Amino acid sequence: MSSLIIKLGWAAFAMTGAAAFAVIALQRGESIGAIWIVIATICVYTIAYRFYSRFIARRVLRLDPTRMTPAYKFNDGLDYVPTNKYVLFGHHFAAIAGAGPLVGPILAAQMGYMPGMLWLLAGVVFAGAVQDFTVLFISTRRNGRSLGDLIKSELGQIPGMIALFGTFFIMLILLAVLALIVVKALAESPWGTFTVAATIPTALFMGVYARYFRPGAIGEVSLIGFALLMLSIVGGQYVQEIPELATLFTLTGEQLTWLLIGYGFIASVLPIWLLLAPRDYLSTFLKIGTIVGLAIGVIFISPELKMPAFTQFVDGSGPVWSGSLFPFLFITIACGAVSGFHSLISSGTTPKMIRNETDARFIGYGAMLMESFVAIMALVAASTLEPGVYFAMNSPAAIIGTTAESAAETISKWGFYLTPEMVTQTAKDVGEHTIISRTGGAPTLAVGMAHILSEFAGGRTMMAFWYHFAILFEALFILTAVDAGTRAGRFMLQDLLGSFIPSMKRTDSLGASLIATGLCVAGWGYFLYQGVVDPLGGINTLWPLFGISNQMLAGVALILCSAVLFKMKRDRFAWITIVPASWVIVCTLTAAWQKIFDANPRIGFLAHADKYKGAIAEGQVLPPAKSIEQMQQVIFNDYVNASLAGLFMLVLISMLAFGIRTVICARALGKPSAREAPFELLPAEALSKS
Amino acid sequence: MMINRITQAMRYMGQSMRLMVGVPAYDAYVAHMKHTHPGEPIMSYETFFRERQEARYGGKVNRCC
Repeated sequence: MSSLIIKLGWAAFAMTGAAAFAVIALQRGESIGAIWIVIATICVYTIAYRFYSRFIARRVLRLDPTRMTPAYKFNDGLDYVPTNKYVLFGHHFAAIAGAGPLVGPILAAQMGYMPGMLWLLAGVVFAGAVQDFTVLFISTRRNGRSLGDLIKSELGQIPGMIALFGTFFIMLILLAVLALIVVKALAESPWGTFTVAATIPTALFMGVYARYFRPGAIGEVSLIGFALLMLSIVGGQYVQEIPELATLFTLTGEQLTWLLIGYGFIASVLPIWLLLAPRDYLSTFLKIGTIVGLAIGVIFISPELKMPAFTQFVDGSGPVWSGSLFPFLFITIACGAVSGFHSLISSGTTPKMIRNETDARFIGYGAMLMESFVAIMALVAASTLEPGVYFAMNSPAAIIGTTAESAAETISKWGFYLTPEMVTQTAKDVGEHTIISRTGGAPTLAVGMAHILSEFAGGRTMMAFWYHFAILFEALFILTAVDAGTRAGRFMLQDLLGSFIPSMKRTDSLGASLIATGLCVAGWGYFLYQGVVDPLGGINTLWPLFGISNQMLAGVALILCSAVLFKMKRDRFAWITIVPASWVIVCTLTAAWQKIFDANPRIGFLAHADKYKGAIAEGQVLPPAKSIEQMQQVIFNDYVNASLAGLFMLVLISMLAFGIRTVICARALGKPSAREAPFELLPAEALSKS
Repeated sequence: MMINRITQAMRYMGQSMRLMVGVPAYDAYVAHMKHTHPGEPIMSYETFFRERQEARYGGKVNRCC
């Protein structure tokens, strides 16, 4: 009887989801409330979690509640600590959520909200969450080892090295694209620049406070820091109004680039407690708080989506980024649907703290659903903007010009309603000089968030505050990622170079670490600078490269998962990772191929280089270059980008070959060959808890 | 009963927030040391906090894009 009621309950739930989809699908031509998207999304997630993740947990991976976990085996109270699953969920979610799921869907909105929404839902259920969950499971069964180690032990030494090498380049591109987003958001914006700059003294103060006055009082020092941040947002408005100060904080993209490069270098060699740790507190807590706030706003306000379900740009002619829906939509959205980077987190601290193997389902699959929900909210926030305003903000100046009139004229021709007054009024509302060509996603999200949050608190007068709050929130955690990433990149590089020059391996040597830091900063700084001066906005080049690298890593992780399933003799269930792996590999390879060889210079790097070569032959100088030398530089950049895309393809293809070899060997064997830690029973006290 | 559950939830939330920035439960560390390694020196909260801070940023990738 009760099982019948449960079945009826799930049937009703599924019907609700279907009804929400019906509303979304049928209300074409007029705008719909965001709440329908939220209902449909939550229904999809709940059903996927209840049925699909349970199927994976019970039938495919066969999670064993009595099996020893690394947290109990190596318990040291520090790295390995058996942790409550809700506590660990929070930790894991905070580690995987970053700028990626916020930016990707905003850029994807140029095709309308529907393609992005559908991929976010399908991608997370069948690819992203499956990857995170399976990698977490694999690592937990192998003493919490890292992805590189797992690949080495399950696929072989060489593929392990290839994966590590690939990861280093992903870091460089990631840091460059994140820094580019900050530059695009802060260029020519004294209010934003002041607010973000003020986080440095704030963090230094917090660092000293938490080191000497009140050691370890994280909550207290974070509250003080938060209060100072709010003051700096308010202060930023005054800075903007006082002409002398305003000029001081009005910086061009190039100036900001050099400042960021200098900042990245200094911040990553300073002691951790002084700048990095306190900034990390602020950014982590602000991130979680803002995500919760945005969720409440979207659910209760239910803003209307003004963006159409589909725009004419599904054909690939869009101004925000170039390339057709397949494969570039999937590359652009990346993180919110499936993110390769998560495989590093799922094989990082989380498996060392998991109390019981069965928690892997809630933490691995569940946290990724949450991340996807964040991406859906970002998509909603971007779609609440008037489409004309969205395109004015996200199209490069080379296409729409730099004045409100030229932007309105061009965008109206595309069929989106936009007047010059709308452009200036939006800028005025959010307290900026201009909103034209504020590419990179962050400002768009900030305007969307300001719309939603100001309806919640403060109305129109508070919009400028909320806009700068949102910019601060994004810049803060991007800058934390930049200096933590530079640090991590430096260690990776020292490790890699150490294989050839042993003295580089010494992480305590000042000379070696300065050289490695310098190389790392120069690496991402190069791509950043190239992106900032690009007349097409930089995002057009760097975001696809970032997406390709991220999806490549996802492909690698899913290949590992599939190989492990075969080695466990779960052949008949291996499709759960083979299907997403194939899709991710096809998208990544197609996108990388097109980025290199496509005949359209907006897409293909080589075609772009040829265009500049042709111009040189005719003695012409094309922007952004101002001289023939700079033209040569543009061509050189194109070759670097093309080589990088080629490198990502090679990494993925070679991993695929190693994966297939492993599967063939595993199938030929009569018995399981996965290299798990030998079975041990969980201690009795742990068994009684679960 | 209800109050207990709320305090428990609050405790978990605090614990989760600290873990987000790389600091696991100090009580658990002390309990573990007392139970498994009796007689060995136990770090003070300050030392524990600094040790964890260094460990968090010691070259691992601990966050995402």
